[in-house]
Amino acid sequence: MDITSDTHSQHISRQFNHELEELKTHLMAMGGMVEKQVQDAVFALLESDSRLAEKVRDNDRQVNDLQLQIDDECTRILARRQPAASDLRLVLAVIRATSDLERIGDEASKIARNALSLSESSNTIRGLVEVRHISEHVRKMLRDSLTAFARFDTELAMQVVREDEFVDSEYGSAMRSLMTFMMEDSRSITSVLSIMWVLRALERVGDHANNLAEHVVYLVKGLDIRHTDPETLDQQAAPKKS
Amino acid sequence: MLASRHVDQATQAPVTHFPADQCCLEIDQFSLAYAGKPALQRLTLQVPRHRVTAFIGPSGCGKSTFLRAINRLHDLNESVSHSGEISLEGHNIHAPEMNVTELRRRVGMVFQTPNPFPMSIYENVAFGLRLQKRLAKRQRDDIIEWALTSAALWDEVKDRLHRSAWQLSGGQQQRLVIARTLAVQPDVLLLDEPASALDPISTLKIEELIRNLKSQLTLVLVTHNMQQAARVSDYTAFLQQGELVEYGPTDHVFTNPRLQRTENYITGRMA
Repeated sequence: MDITSDTHSQHISRQFNHELEELKTHLMAMGGMVEKQVQDAVFALLESDSRLAEKVRDNDRQVNDLQLQIDDECTRILARRQPAASDLRLVLAVIRATSDLERIGDEASKIARNALSLSESSNTIRGLVEVRHISEHVRKMLRDSLTAFARFDTELAMQVVREDEFVDSEYGSAMRSLMTFMMEDSRSITSVLSIMWVLRALERVGDHANNLAEHVVYLVKGLDIRHTDPETLDQQAAPKKS
Repeated sequence: MLASRHVDQATQAPVTHFPADQCCLEIDQFSLAYAGKPALQRLTLQVPRHRVTAFIGPSGCGKSTFLRAINRLHDLNESVSHSGEISLEGHNIHAPEMNVTELRRRVGMVFQTPNPFPMSIYENVAFGLRLQKRLAKRQRDDIIEWALTSAALWDEVKDRLHRSAWQLSGGQQQRLVIARTLAVQPDVLLLDEPASALDPISTLKIEELIRNLKSQLTLVLVTHNMQQAARVSDYTAFLQQGELVEYGPTDHVFTNPRLQRTENYITGRMA
């Protein structure tokens, strides 16, 4: 049975409604913060803004703190409420989602560190076009997966899952062209390697956004689609006949 | 996939139909009414052998009525009428040739409040045995030890078998009642809120006992405590207003119920 975004506010215990709503609100706040971190990290890199890069690096602690706080709330709900069915799935999905968001925060921090080291380089930086291109896709994936979470929208979540395959293939071709740059000009190796790390971090952000989308499908439909091959996914995500 | 052990891989539907050799009780379109007022409406389900099946639902939904019907405890109540069929191991329990005493030996029942007889621990367990057949004392002693051991009570009472059963704690009394039922070697044990009058530790002992007894017989449990149903049962049936709303593997019912009514009940939502 599919659930909707207001499913968790209909308990006889209003306190329980409140706790679950708070959990969702905090997860969305963490999602918003992480989304901003990725956006700022990429902007800092593209615009050589080292102050912004430092800010991203420092803000990672706040993301980590939010993860601890949300995990704490989940532990409390599990211990005190012993949730079942969709309530249980919400708590599990939130625990999994915070773990992915925290990792996305780490990747943003990595991008910021590379932005700082690249800002000190005097050479022309190759590969920024690829970074811009892939970052746009990845940021859209992240935004969509968070929207899917907020709206309990499995169709949007499945779009994110499909988008991840595209990002993976874009990442592969970007890496090939960056290797060509390195072979052409050995002086660029240091900076191109940094860009490769950035692309790698962005690709990982895409993977985590993909995980977030999978958690949405689990939350709404009770289907665990992790480690499922892409062909069967579409069939499972199709709306059930009533 | 979720709860794949109990899910048909082809259709993803929970499995609640069992081949004849795995089915202990088969309920087919069973309805029951008190003075014309329906209490159970066309219940149809199969209870698998050597498994724990829990019945949950709000007060007055018909859980206990159903449990008592399996034991034909309504027989003496003239205002009760019923239709449909309940079969135990393929035999209709309401068939004219069915011996009610034998049915009740094969289908034991334990109630909410422990009800030991006003006699010694030993005599309590021996009571059903004495009614059933004459046994040499040695043989009877063996069965009593076995029944008390099966009910996880032997170690606590072996030195005071001839003391009054009323000296036991509530939890011990409930296990004594289970031992009394087990002594006549039933096929099915019906438990009507067996732990609702007990403290948490005694409750856990009863739950552990239920789990251990599975290898010997089929258990049907009625409980208000949903966490208890989730902890001990293999299959869960949700009744509401005398109707079977949802029946499925417990893993499935408690993580991803099929119907909104079930979801609302087990998660404490307003109907």
